[in-house]
Amino acid sequence: MKHLFSNAALLAAALATTSGMAVAPNEKISDGVVKIGVLTDMSGLYSTLGGKGTQVAVEMAVKDFGGTVLGKPIQVIGADHQNKADIASATAREWFDNEKVDMITGLLNSGCALAVQKVAGDKKRITMNTGAASTELTNKASTPYSIHYVYDTYALGKVTGQAVVQTGGKTWFFITADYAFGQSLEQNTTNFVNKLGGKVVGSVRHPLSTADFSSYLLQAQSSGAQIIGLANAGGDTINAIKQAREFGIGQKGQKLVGLLIFDTDIKSLGLNVAQGMQFTSGFYWDRDDATRAWSKRFFDIHKAMPTMDQAGAYSAAMNYLKAIKAAGTDDPDAVMAKLKSMDISDFFAVRGKIRIDGRMVHDMYLMEVKKPSESKGEWDLLKIIKTVPGDEAFMPLSESTSPLVKK
Amino acid sequence: MELSFQTVMSQVMLGLNNGVFYAILSLGLAVIFGLLNIVNFVHGALYMLGAYVALLGYTMLGPLIGKPDFHLNYWAALIVAPLVVGLLGIGVERAMLRRLRKFDHLYGLLLTFGLALIIQGVFTNYFNVSGDAYDAKPEALEGAVNLGFMLFPKYRLWVIVISLLVCFGTWFVIERTKLGSYLRAGTENPELVKAFGVNVPLMITLTYGYGVALAAFAGVLAAPIYSVSPVMGSEMIITVFAVVVIGGMGSIMGSIITGLLLGMVEGFTKVVYAPASSTVIFLIMVVVLLVKPTGLFGRES
Amino acid sequence: MNRLVWIALIILGLLAPYVVYPVFMMKLLCFALFALAFNLLLGYTGLLSFGHAAFFGSASYITGHLVRNSGLTPELGVLGGTLFAGLLGYVVGSLAIRRQGIYFAMVTLALAQIVYFIALKAPFTGGEDGLQGIPRGFLFGLIDLNRVYVVSGRPLGLNLYYFVFAMFCLGFWIIHRTIHSPFGQVLKGIRENEPRAISLGYRVDRFKLMAFVISAAMAGLAGATKSLVFQLSSLTDVSWHTSGEVVLMTLLGGVGTVLGPLVGAFTVVTLQSKLSSVGSWITVIIGGIFVVCVLVFRRGFVGELARLLKRSL
Repeated sequence: MKHLFSNAALLAAALATTSGMAVAPNEKISDGVVKIGVLTDMSGLYSTLGGKGTQVAVEMAVKDFGGTVLGKPIQVIGADHQNKADIASATAREWFDNEKVDMITGLLNSGCALAVQKVAGDKKRITMNTGAASTELTNKASTPYSIHYVYDTYALGKVTGQAVVQTGGKTWFFITADYAFGQSLEQNTTNFVNKLGGKVVGSVRHPLSTADFSSYLLQAQSSGAQIIGLANAGGDTINAIKQAREFGIGQKGQKLVGLLIFDTDIKSLGLNVAQGMQFTSGFYWDRDDATRAWSKRFFDIHKAMPTMDQAGAYSAAMNYLKAIKAAGTDDPDAVMAKLKSMDISDFFAVRGKIRIDGRMVHDMYLMEVKKPSESKGEWDLLKIIKTVPGDEAFMPLSESTSPLVKK
Repeated sequence: MELSFQTVMSQVMLGLNNGVFYAILSLGLAVIFGLLNIVNFVHGALYMLGAYVALLGYTMLGPLIGKPDFHLNYWAALIVAPLVVGLLGIGVERAMLRRLRKFDHLYGLLLTFGLALIIQGVFTNYFNVSGDAYDAKPEALEGAVNLGFMLFPKYRLWVIVISLLVCFGTWFVIERTKLGSYLRAGTENPELVKAFGVNVPLMITLTYGYGVALAAFAGVLAAPIYSVSPVMGSEMIITVFAVVVIGGMGSIMGSIITGLLLGMVEGFTKVVYAPASSTVIFLIMVVVLLVKPTGLFGRES
Repeated sequence: MNRLVWIALIILGLLAPYVVYPVFMMKLLCFALFALAFNLLLGYTGLLSFGHAAFFGSASYITGHLVRNSGLTPELGVLGGTLFAGLLGYVVGSLAIRRQGIYFAMVTLALAQIVYFIALKAPFTGGEDGLQGIPRGFLFGLIDLNRVYVVSGRPLGLNLYYFVFAMFCLGFWIIHRTIHSPFGQVLKGIRENEPRAISLGYRVDRFKLMAFVISAAMAGLAGATKSLVFQLSSLTDVSWHTSGEVVLMTLLGGVGTVLGPLVGAFTVVTLQSKLSSVGSWITVIIGGIFVVCVLVFRRGFVGELARLLKRSL
């Protein structure tokens, strides 16, 4: 047995020394195809707000762009990361190594997003994140190839937190999803609550995808806080709000505030339950003629109105393709340089600009859920009560801890 | 958090609410284990299946049989789901488990593990992992009751009461009736019971059917509280295993009491030190193993 | 077994990355080693552990932590992870061998669940996000495990691959030696007839515990290596699904055969990768294989083949 292994080691050494030439052949479009990967939650608690709809949006963008760029075909590939960081990073790795994927978008779930962004950074490939929220993505974890496109926990916490504190919600208790996203959202919101003279009296962490919120809600209730802040998303937020009603929480005195809410959540809660809630969004389908026109097309395919993640994925893919065309190559460095220098302006982003740290800065909106009597249709759910310019909503570069920001 | 009477009591009530599910599931496991010597890994999946029978009966059965206005209501589901799952269990026992009786009991565990994967996989494929709401909670059980220290939803109170009735009813039948004495004798000495003219294989089949029907019954009870999801059973089953190890597999009453107690301990832990609430049952298991390896109510095998 | 078979297998292992996607190949090797370690317990000692992911996963976390946060070189990180898994194996084993058969399986399952919760809650594990961005670093401080060689147009991470292959061979060798030592003979005696082994004066519990510790440590070696390949340790590594998977691999390949776990791991990992497009149907397929295996195929691929050839494989 023993000498076999020493033979093996020799052979290994011999094979290992066979080569060492450099990678990256110089063609305008690497591998002769531009391939966009949609990697997101396709089956879990976030799948209704992202999922297949995100892929539909990206496919629309490719079709609208004409299906080819610089004479080469554009392809879209999709996969479900099941909200598991290990599956997300393994899929991304295989896509980059074997599937010729040039850019990954979607990426709901901050844990998965961070994992993929790391792999992409190591392999010098672009990520345009439309789904995840953690500010970490544009701070310590930012890479020269990462873009955070739609929203983040800083903007959510600032816009919603301010609105609530200013209308008298001074004491807070958080019910927080126990992973990168929830922690980041709680932290950011806490900062603004404190800054405006409010106080956080306690918080409790729950695992992702929790079925029973009753015990957390009772803790929140007995804390006596005026505001119960839900630092979670999707199915978790829906469950928490529904069960709060079951125990009579949030009906007198205390108020529930969802810090991240999507149109689809409101749809599934119903206006009766959700009316009057305020939250922050990066997009609403019924904002102006351009959003309505695009959303109508999306609705015809997907049978649901777009969320900010889905609309953002269209915009991200479209601008990525424009940048390739303008740069005359799909080389990631050249494309990133273009993306960071061009104006992002379409139905999705108003006054959009991608900063050095990868943050796409654009207008954000404070939304309020309509009363059932105000609603004129199945998807007539929200009204925009305040537009917050991107520079006010997002974290200023002076606070950034991104390695890309020189200080 | 402060240890006010109110907070402790309300968390313990919620714990009891969880505890009845532990009790009903570990009771089913104990009944099956007693006669078949099989650790029924598929128990969690069948609990989930029970909830889905209720959900689909309410939402899809009508359109399926051509009467879109027909909905299987909650009360009917409480009967239908255990029947459906019980029959399925009977089929599984006849077709598969029976063939393994002459081999190591571990094969039973492995087989039911495989079945659990199949059932869970099929449902994951067609339904959202984050769960669907079951909206057929009966009118009469809407609203909450003021218990003095908290508002407790009527429906959860009903779940506690009916579960206790079912658990103790099962205990009564097995420990205090003639049918039960056959069952117990069949566990001890199947050959002898056979000699008395009792159809032991049939008894085994029906016992398995009843055990899994209990799981389905619990599933229907759970449907209006938690959202109905393909993974609701797999999250539950491991905890229930620990409950069973703590209680000792042989004892019916043991499994009921252990389930209830551990639910409340878990609830209490949420007040004292919340992060430990999901581990406390397993830690208790370690202590029990060190002190009394056969479990609190177990006998030496 | 025939020496030629060994040589062929090693050459196959050495050449594989030139043909197969290396990351896939490395995943295969890690899971094969995991299954081999598990088989030492089930196949040669007769103990069914349903919590082996605890060792696989905890080693993965410990290695990740050592390499990422304490700046250790990869080989020391792997060593640390393996030792930790062995230690954990000692603790879990001491408790679990107090019970037998089905109880043993359930106790290991429940103890593994504690490890799972620790992985979820401990400050250094990253909770739901997992321990991310584990650097591969320089082997012995010298050899860059990230280095990529281009062979006929394909970029191959050969340094890492041969490191993983070496770890696999090391683990295989240790397990193989254990089985064929006098110690291994006693284990088989215990499996066949425990009361007899006791009456012959063997302190059965100590043998069982020793086997448990070795098995846990080798499962740990597999997990530790995997954390360097994927640069991530996650809750999947410690979850009971992973424990179930390793049981399946061993069962499918053939319990108590030398090559069975290898064949089983290769089959399952290949299935998972080839069928990843069918989504959760993969769970159904794996469950189905489980059922078929238990009902009609209890010897597994290699076991059945050995029976046909009338020799041990």
